[in-house]
Amino acid sequence: MSPERIGVYVCHCGSNIAATVDVEEVALWASEELGDRGVVVARDYQFMCSSLGQELIEADIKEQGLTRVVVAACSPHLHERTFRTACKRAGLNPFLCELVSIREQVSWVHTDRAAATEKAMAVVSGGVERVTLHQPLEPLHVPIHPATLIVGGGIAGIQAALEIADSGYPVYLVEREPSIGGHMAQFDKTFPTLDCSACILTPKMVDVGGHPNVTLLTWSEVERVDGYVGSFTVTVRKKARYVDESVCTGCGICTEKCPVRVLDNTYEAGLGYRKAVYRPFAQAVPKYPVIDRENCTYFQRGKCKACQLFCPTHPKAIDFEQKDEILQFQVGNIILATGYDLFDCRRIPQYGYARLANVFTSLEFERLCNAAGPTGGKIVLRDGVTEPATVGIIHCVGSRDHNYNPYCSNICCMQSLKFGHLVKERTGAEVFNFYIDIRTAFKDYDEFYQRVLEDGVHFVRGRVAEVTDAARLPGEEGKLIIQVEDTLLGKQRRIPVDMVVLSAALQPRQDSTEVAYTFGIACSANGWFIEKHPKLDPVATMTEGIFIAGACQGPKDIPASVAQGAAAAARVLGRIHQKELALEPVRASIIAERCSGCRICNNLCPFNAISYDTARMITEINPALCQGCGTCVAACPSGAITGTQFSNEQVLAQLYGLLLLNVSSGPVQQPQPALVPA
Amino acid sequence: MNANGKPKLAMYWASACGGCEISTLNIGEHILTVDAVFDLAFFPCIADFKVKDVLGYPDGYIDLCLINGAIRNSENEEMVRLLRRKSKLLVAFGSCAYEGCIPALSNLTTRDATLRAAYLDNPSIDNPAGTLPQPHTAVPEGDLEIPFFYHTVKSLDQVVDVDYTIPGCPPEPHQIWAVLQVVVAALTQGGSLPPKGVLLGAGSVAVCEECALAKHEKAVARFYRPYQIRPEPGLCLLEQGLICMGPATLSGCGALCPQVGMGCRGCYGPLPGAEDQGMRMLTAIASILDVSGRPGDNELDLERKVEAAADTIVDPAGTFYRFSMAHSLLRRARTDGVEAAVPQPAVWS
Ligand SMILES: Cc1cc2nc3c(=O)[nH]c(=O)nc-3n(C[C@H](O)[C@H](O)[C@H](O)COP(=O)(O)OP(=O)(O)OC[C@H]3O[C@@H](n4cnc5c(N)ncnc54)[C@H](O)[C@@H]3O)c2cc1C
Repeated sequence: MSPERIGVYVCHCGSNIAATVDVEEVALWASEELGDRGVVVARDYQFMCSSLGQELIEADIKEQGLTRVVVAACSPHLHERTFRTACKRAGLNPFLCELVSIREQVSWVHTDRAAATEKAMAVVSGGVERVTLHQPLEPLHVPIHPATLIVGGGIAGIQAALEIADSGYPVYLVEREPSIGGHMAQFDKTFPTLDCSACILTPKMVDVGGHPNVTLLTWSEVERVDGYVGSFTVTVRKKARYVDESVCTGCGICTEKCPVRVLDNTYEAGLGYRKAVYRPFAQAVPKYPVIDRENCTYFQRGKCKACQLFCPTHPKAIDFEQKDEILQFQVGNIILATGYDLFDCRRIPQYGYARLANVFTSLEFERLCNAAGPTGGKIVLRDGVTEPATVGIIHCVGSRDHNYNPYCSNICCMQSLKFGHLVKERTGAEVFNFYIDIRTAFKDYDEFYQRVLEDGVHFVRGRVAEVTDAARLPGEEGKLIIQVEDTLLGKQRRIPVDMVVLSAALQPRQDSTEVAYTFGIACSANGWFIEKHPKLDPVATMTEGIFIAGACQGPKDIPASVAQGAAAAARVLGRIHQKELALEPVRASIIAERCSGCRICNNLCPFNAISYDTARMITEINPALCQGCGTCVAACPSGAITGTQFSNEQVLAQLYGLLLLNVSSGPVQQPQPALVPA
Repeated sequence: MNANGKPKLAMYWASACGGCEISTLNIGEHILTVDAVFDLAFFPCIADFKVKDVLGYPDGYIDLCLINGAIRNSENEEMVRLLRRKSKLLVAFGSCAYEGCIPALSNLTTRDATLRAAYLDNPSIDNPAGTLPQPHTAVPEGDLEIPFFYHTVKSLDQVVDVDYTIPGCPPEPHQIWAVLQVVVAALTQGGSLPPKGVLLGAGSVAVCEECALAKHEKAVARFYRPYQIRPEPGLCLLEQGLICMGPATLSGCGALCPQVGMGCRGCYGPLPGAEDQGMRMLTAIASILDVSGRPGDNELDLERKVEAAADTIVDPAGTFYRFSMAHSLLRRARTDGVEAAVPQPAVWS
C-alpha cells in the first residue's frame, strides 16, 4: 500500500484526446487498478486546464487530502506551469504534481482507439509510480542584472537598444563592423514609401551613439558568454582600431591622405573603393575610422604613416601600437540581432554573375542607386558610364529553390518592385521582372505593386533558365539574353537586355551556427535562429534570457525587424522590472563520497557549471549555473551525479509503471529475479 | 556447531573457472588460521567430500558457505538450493555468483547457439558425428542422465536467498581475508555481523580513486585494443583511447589492472545505485567521444563519424557487460518461449 494519496486527472482536451482515447475508461482503470499504488481519486474532465478543471484538482487536494497529483493531458511544455500553480494554490508543493502527455504522445500519434487507451493507461501508471518518489522542491531565486547586451547594430538592434536605453537601463551594443547601421545603411530608398533610407536611419544611429545609457562597442565581437539568465558574464574582443577614440575628431584627413585604395566588399558590395584607414560611410556612428591592417602600407611594409603624419590632433589620434582589448561585463539579458547575409549568386552559374559583367546582385544595385554610392546614384553598366536601355530583374534567386534555399526570402518581391520603379524613374529604361509569384501581402505593399504596374514595368511569370551573352537571333548581339519559359503565355522566350539584377536570397549569417553555439541557442535546419514559439513567443529562445530580433530569426523587412527589436526590448524590460527570477529547482548535484574524480563529466556541461577540485580530487557542480539539462547525470558512470526530479529511482519507477509491472492485471508479469527464465 | 565447537565452513563452485578457489588459497599463511578456526564441511576443490555428506547434515549445519560460479545448469541449481538450506550464512563469492560474469554473456544468444559453438562450429573441435550433450541417453546399462543445460545463466541471488556478496573476478586475497576475519570474529568472539545483503570486501567509490594514473578532461577520437598501442605511462588509459571500465566499477581491487597498462575489465561490478554497469559505461563513453564536430556540421556526416569512432570498440556487449550481464537491464536475448519446456530441478531432501 502506498503511503501517498494520489489524485489522477484525465483530460479530454475537447476531442483532441477523447476522440482517440477512452478517457472515462482510463480514469476508471486508474481508480480501480492503481488503488493500492496510492490513487484515491481519478477523474476525467473536458478541459482540465480551464478554471473549472483546475478548481476540481484544488478541491480534491483540500477535501481529500491529496499528497500527489498526476494530470494526464498535453505536453508539459504547455501546461505544466498551470497545474503546478493550481496545486500551489491548494497548498500542495507544485513539484508534487506530474503532468503526463496523453495527447502529443498518445492521441495525436495513434489511430487505434483500444490500443491508444491501453497506452494512455500505461502512461498514467508511469506517472503515478514516478510522482510517488517526487520531493517537494523550492525554486531558486536569482537577481536580474539590469544591463542588457545587444549583438548586432542593424536596425533591429538599434531599435532594441533605444527602447531599453530610453527606459533608463544600461545597454551594451556590440557591432562587428566599424559602424552600426547594418544593411539598411546601404540602401537608397526603402519600400513601400520610398523614403530615403539614410534619412530615417541616421537619426536613430546618432541617438544610439550619443545615448548616456548605451555603451557602443563597434569593431568588436562577443567571444564568450558564461553564466545564466539574470547574470551572464560577457567577454568581448574590442579589435584594435589603431585610432585613439579619446582624441580623434573624425575630421577624415587621415582617410584623405591614405595612399591605398581597397575594394570595399562589405559596404559597397564590391562596387566601390575605400581607403586602408576608413569610415564605411559618411554618417558612420561612431565617427572614428579604423585602420585595416591587412591593407595598410605601414603594417605590411613598415613605412608610410601618412595618416599619422597628417593627423591634426595633439597628441596624434593614430596609434599604431594599439592592441585588441578584452572587455568583461555583467548583463542580465541578451538580444541577438545579427541580421542576414546575401546569397552568393555565383552558386547559380547559369545566371552568369561574376562572369557576365552586367549581371548585378541586389545589393550592388542598391549601391548603384545610392546618391552616396560609387556612381553618385546613377544607374549605369559596369563600365560606369552607359545607361541601360533595358533591365531584367530576376526574382527568387536562391530562394524557393530546392537546390539552394527552400524558403521564400520575403522581401525580394518588394525589393524587385522598388528596383523596377527606380530604374523607370531614373533612366526611363524598359524593365522586365521575372517572377514566380508576386508576394506583396503587407500594409501598402500591394498598392506599391499597382503603382509599379502603372509605371509600365513588364512582368514575366516564370523561372529564368539562363542568362547568356551568346546571341542567336537578330537584335541579341552585345546584349544579355534572358531565356525563360513564360508560363502565362505558355512559351519559351528570349529577352535581350543590357543589365540583369539578381534579387538574391537572404541567408543566415555564415557564422550563425557558431554564434548560436556561443549563446547556447539553436538554429533551424535552414540556419535561422529558432524562436521559443513560432506564434506565441517569437522573440524568445529556448535559452532563458536570450532573445532574438530582426532578420537573424528569418528573412524579414525593416518594419518587421523594428517591431521585433521593440518586442525583444519589451520582454527584457519586463524581466528587468521583476528584479528577481524564479528558476526551476531541477538541478544536478554530485554526491561527493561517491565521486572518484574520473573526470568524465568535466568538459560536458554546456553551462560551465562543472569544475574539478584539484585539492580534493573530485568534481563539483555549481547549482546556480546548472540548468538541469541532465547531460552529466547520464554521463556519470559511477552514479555519483543525481538530478532532482530525474533520479535513477524516479526514472526506473516510471518505467516500472509504464510497463504495468505495478498492477496485478497488467499485460506483463512482474519479473522477480526468481522468474528469470531457466 | 558440533562437539568440537568449531564453526563449519563450505566452499562450492557452480559454473566457474576455479579462480575463486585459487584466490581463496592465495590468502597465504592465513589459511592456517582458517583451518584452526573452521572445520571444513564441504570443499570439493581441496578435500574429498560427497553430496551425500551434505545431505546428511541437519539444516543450517554449515556456518559459512562460500559459493562461486554462476547457475548454468540444473545441477548448479540443485546444489545451491541444497547448500542454502544447510547453511546459516550463504555468500555469493566472486563475479559469477554475484552477477553472472563470463558465463552469463551467453545470455546474449541462445542455448542452441551456445551448444553449437561449444560442440560443433569451432575450428578446434573434432566432432564428426555432431554429438551434442543430451539430458538422457539410453545405454545398454540403462538411462544415463546428465544435468540440463539452461537457456539462461543466472546469478546466485536470482536462484536462492543470498546473505552477502564478495565481488571480483576473482576477489582479491586481501579482501577475502578481511571478510573472513569479520565473520570469524562474529562467530567466535560474538562480534556483530554486517547487515544482510551488503557487498563485502570492496570499496565504496569507483576504481579511479585507487588508480594513480593522472586524469584530465576527456575527449577521445577513437578507441584502441590493448595490443594496438603502447600507453603513455602515468596517464589515464581511457584518455588514451583504451577502454577502461574503472569509472563504472566499484573499487576494492587496488586498481591493479590499469596501473600495469591494462584497462580495468570491470570485475568488481557497478557502484551501488548505478543499476547497470554496461549502460553506465556506454553513456560515459558516448559522452567523451569527440569526433571534432562543429556546430552546424551536417548531421549525417557527424553520425557517420560517430559511428566510425564507435566501431573502433570491438565487441561492445562483451566489453561493457563482461561481468554484469545477468544483472543487467538488458536481461537476455529473446527466447520466444523456448524456456517453458525446461525440466524442473530435482529437490533433494
Ligand atoms: C537588396 C535589399 C534591399 C532591401 N530593401 C528593403 C526596403 O526597401 N525596405 C525594407 O523594409 N527592407 C528592405 N530590405 C530588408 C532589410 O535589409 C532588412 O529587413 C533589415 O536590414 C534587417 O535588419 P537587421 O537589423 O535584422 O539585420 P542587418 O541589417 O543585417 O544588421 C545586422 C547587424 O549585425 C551585425 N552583426 C552580424 N553578426 C554579428 C556578430 N556576430 N557580432 C556583432 N555584430 C554582428 C552586422 O554587422 C550588422 O550591422 C532589403 C534587403 C535587401 C537585401
